[in-house]
Amino acid sequence: MITKEKNIALDVQKVRKDFPILSRKVNGKPLIYFDSGATAQKPKQVIDAITKYYSEQNANIHRGVHTLSQEVTMAYENARETIQKHLNAKYSHEIIFTRGTTESINLVASSFGKKFINACDEIIISEMEHHSNILPWQQLCEEKNAVLKVVPINEKGELLLDDLKKLLSSKTKLVAVTHVSNTLGTTNPVKEIIQVVHSFPSPFRDGAPIPVLIDGAQSIPHMNVDVQELDADFYCFSGHKVYGPTGVGILYGKEEWLKKLPNYQVGGGTIKTVSFLKTEYADLPLRFEAGTPHIAGGIGLAVAIDYINAIGLPAIFAYEHELTGYATEKLSAIEGLKIIGTAKNKASVLSFVLDGIHPYDAGVILDQLGIAVRTGHHCTQPIMEKFGIAGTIRASLAFYNTKEEIDELVKGINKVNQMLK
Amino acid sequence: MRIEETEKEIAEEFSMFEDWMGKYEHIIELGKSLPMIDAKYKTDDRLIKGCQSKVWLHSEFKEGKIFFTADSDAIITKGLVALVIRVLSGHTPDEIVNAKMEFINQIGLTRHLSPTRANGLVNMIKQMKLDALALKAKV
Repeated sequence: MITKEKNIALDVQKVRKDFPILSRKVNGKPLIYFDSGATAQKPKQVIDAITKYYSEQNANIHRGVHTLSQEVTMAYENARETIQKHLNAKYSHEIIFTRGTTESINLVASSFGKKFINACDEIIISEMEHHSNILPWQQLCEEKNAVLKVVPINEKGELLLDDLKKLLSSKTKLVAVTHVSNTLGTTNPVKEIIQVVHSFPSPFRDGAPIPVLIDGAQSIPHMNVDVQELDADFYCFSGHKVYGPTGVGILYGKEEWLKKLPNYQVGGGTIKTVSFLKTEYADLPLRFEAGTPHIAGGIGLAVAIDYINAIGLPAIFAYEHELTGYATEKLSAIEGLKIIGTAKNKASVLSFVLDGIHPYDAGVILDQLGIAVRTGHHCTQPIMEKFGIAGTIRASLAFYNTKEEIDELVKGINKVNQMLK
Repeated sequence: MRIEETEKEIAEEFSMFEDWMGKYEHIIELGKSLPMIDAKYKTDDRLIKGCQSKVWLHSEFKEGKIFFTADSDAIITKGLVALVIRVLSGHTPDEIVNAKMEFINQIGLTRHLSPTRANGLVNMIKQMKLDALALKAKV
């Protein structure tokens, strides 16, 4: 037992050495990076893989017969399989490379919308969604004269499941919710949500249950996600939030749904044969991957996934959970500080406001101290409206953060209070 | 005082501070002393939308010169606004349009001008110049 526990414990000092940027200084102070929710820092394994790709492997994929092209095609397709295994998807062709979560959602909104959304149909989202999981649906509804319905949240920032049940109707064609809120940290019971939605009578001719899209941008870095266990129809995430490169992301889609979806973007790489009369399109997943993809990004993302798996998501989850608890306790003790988002199940996101202080001012002062936090509405203006605030200060923690850094944040906030009050 | 002279004066004022804290404390003090915009002018059409902090700006034309008053919901933004007003207010439209605003760079606050939409400062300077042009055209 003891050995096992030792094995799963995370050695933060060892981990920190993998992230070159963490040793730099900002405004003369050691960088304290609390903005991993916006983008996570990259371990040298990922940086090295990208450098190696451009210096030793660069070629276009799925095209050439030459050695480089074949090598890199293999590497790219291996990356797809790494991600398939990580999500426990049934097939590797259920993994579509995109530019990021936003594009993944736009792809589904566009393709699903084209075929399945008609006037008066309903799409359900929640009040805690990132703008990226609101606007594609809002625009689709405007185009098709469909209706966007919103599941409210309570004062703690928890989704009201009973209200979701009430909103489901014979017109509901899709439900899109986030797994973890980027602003509140709330971890939604997505398995239960999917069960509720799937058990509702099907609005489709083939009897398929109402599909559920999960925005996993904030969950993938912090927890194990098994798309089959969740029974998610679509699951989206970004590479850069999970310690991988920017500009690459994933759309997981169940084979039966992806097969039914019409094309998104078309062009090079999406075809079998082209003539001016008739084009035969490629099979999954290439049908959805038009143009030369972000090859280095895909390869780098797989390296990032391998990296977190080498540390172990249970160890990451346990460490971040403890750190979040410590931070919550320390921050709550500061007079005039109010945490926004107090859900029972929370990931390592701490949003807060300071009495009488604009978040922007706090962000400027903390930056002078080398502390990177995010301030503002975090692309979730409906949440700000719900809580009646202009914005928050958000510290989003990762497994490379330490308790000592939390202590520095507390000192920083005290400084903010002293200077601005 | 000419615009360049005010800019020079501000640069000298800020050169006295040895560290960032002194500098920001001064900006905060300036923010507190900003001539507040008349409440009746704090309307949405005078709001310069930044991503995080709001700035309201009111421009008035008197005897060939333009006078600005403003407010912001963030105190550091307010301090920066106070500096900009000190430089530009009370000048002719031509002087305002041609002002280079180099003092912001000189006092090491360029980051506040980065187009990250973090504050409305860039948009405010742009709006002041547009107001100056518009008021000049009206005469």
